[in-house]
Amino acid sequence: MYDLVCIGASWGGLKAIGQVLADLPAELDLPIAIAQHRHPDSPEGTLAQLLQAQTNRPVLDVEDKMAIEPRHVYIAPPNYHLLVERGSFALSVDERIQFARPSIDVLFETAAHAYGSGVIGIILTGANDDGAHGLARIKRVGGVAVIQDPLGAARRTMPDAAIAATVADAILPLDAIGKFIYGLWVQPATVREVTKA
Amino acid sequence: MASVGASREPAGTSKHPPAHGDLEDIELSLLLEGVFRQYGFDFREYAPASLRRRVWRRVFAEGLQTISALQDKLLHDPACMERLLLDLSINVTAMFRDPAFYLAFREKVVPILRTYPFTRIWVAGCSTGEEVYSLAILLEEEQVYDRARIYATDINESVLDRARSGVFPLDKMREYTQNYIKGGGTRAFSEYYLAKYDGAQFQRSLIENVVFAQHNLVSDHSFNEFNVIICRNVMIYFDRTLQERVHRLFFDSLVTFGVLGLGHKESIRFSPHEAGYEELDPSEKLYRKVG
Ligand SMILES: C[S@@+](CC[C@H](N)C(=O)[O-])C[C@H]1O[C@@H](n2cnc3c(N)ncnc32)[C@H](O)[C@@H]1O
Repeated sequence: MYDLVCIGASWGGLKAIGQVLADLPAELDLPIAIAQHRHPDSPEGTLAQLLQAQTNRPVLDVEDKMAIEPRHVYIAPPNYHLLVERGSFALSVDERIQFARPSIDVLFETAAHAYGSGVIGIILTGANDDGAHGLARIKRVGGVAVIQDPLGAARRTMPDAAIAATVADAILPLDAIGKFIYGLWVQPATVREVTKA
Repeated sequence: MASVGASREPAGTSKHPPAHGDLEDIELSLLLEGVFRQYGFDFREYAPASLRRRVWRRVFAEGLQTISALQDKLLHDPACMERLLLDLSINVTAMFRDPAFYLAFREKVVPILRTYPFTRIWVAGCSTGEEVYSLAILLEEEQVYDRARIYATDINESVLDRARSGVFPLDKMREYTQNYIKGGGTRAFSEYYLAKYDGAQFQRSLIENVVFAQHNLVSDHSFNEFNVIICRNVMIYFDRTLQERVHRLFFDSLVTFGVLGLGHKESIRFSPHEAGYEELDPSEKLYRKVG
């Protein structure tokens, strides 16, 4: 039923993403794509290495046109936008969008186009409003919108912006997100009406 | 518009309907076909996700609602086509971008160049030239510039004009200086340019051995044999079929033992000639033709 989980995070995201990954049971075989804002000079690969310590799933920095495979965790490399095509990823070096590259909106919007109602989008902690548009797009095409409860977030601007932009399927404390995703995977939400904006 | 039901799904594509994706894909490919047949610009094999975002931006900027409406407008209005072309050309670049690449080039490619009496280097998709000036500086410092000729090409004439002018934004010089040092630079970076009111004017001598020329990787053939080809962050905008074709063009244009340099996140795996290369520095995407 679902094809892809997309996670967007900024300030405080490393810890938050680590927890969500750690909470996902091993049998969940969905691919997971992550856009985490980073300093442009962040050393290559470190985010992948740090997250790899939290999960048994293979964690990879995406290379251009890499195929999307079950169970894998894919990280947008620093200084590139990560885009989803059907079955594979693409990268671009287009301008930063609101100071961000990777842009969470770009990941979410292209995922929504490629997989429609098969996308689960998750917005975590952050101090800007990237991802709000993208999450709304996922929701419009029948996907699932999950937002971290702003109350417990390291920075609440990003969850707040996402809540304002769309009607979330769930607003959850960090430690409940993994379980919620697992629940969806075990028992998909009933087929949603596909509507156009 | 009515909802898109499962019955409209073409056979064998997916287990669920891709929302409104189907119709939009049809509109996009019709628009690209129209653009090609009416104006000759061929974006039909560019990677669709990025292209689609750009096209939608133009749809809204023209005050329209659908990609089909944009198609109608631009087929009858060349000025609208011009505006779309600007949206579709992504010329983002920087001097000594990915400094580790330049460091690896100094350490692993320059020694190879020293063994040739003369080297021809092709920088494909050079945009506004920052990469070319960076390379020229590197070759100059390694004392191989005199026996090198750089062919710097791009599809877009107007970026080539800017490359020829050698003027780059002053406010970038800090960043470029840091990149230059990380990339193994051995002098004061400011020796290479003059700070003028409209920007940093780089030394003309740096492009003494550079030929800037228009070349389209989609449709133009090889124009020489090269010892080095550098093509970074250009093919990421192409789909896999086009990538394969361009890889074939590069392979055929390299001398045996010639070097191919790709962008940091580009893979040689999609080259039909992967087996014809050996790795010179896999993490910096430097390969050497052996087959
Ligand atoms: C993102 S820039 C990369 C610039 C530089 N190589 C770098 O890595 O910084 C991509 C360039 O590829 C050029 N390009 C796009 N399609 C092309 C084609 N079919 N043939 C030649 N150049 C093309 C664009 O005009 C643009 O200048």
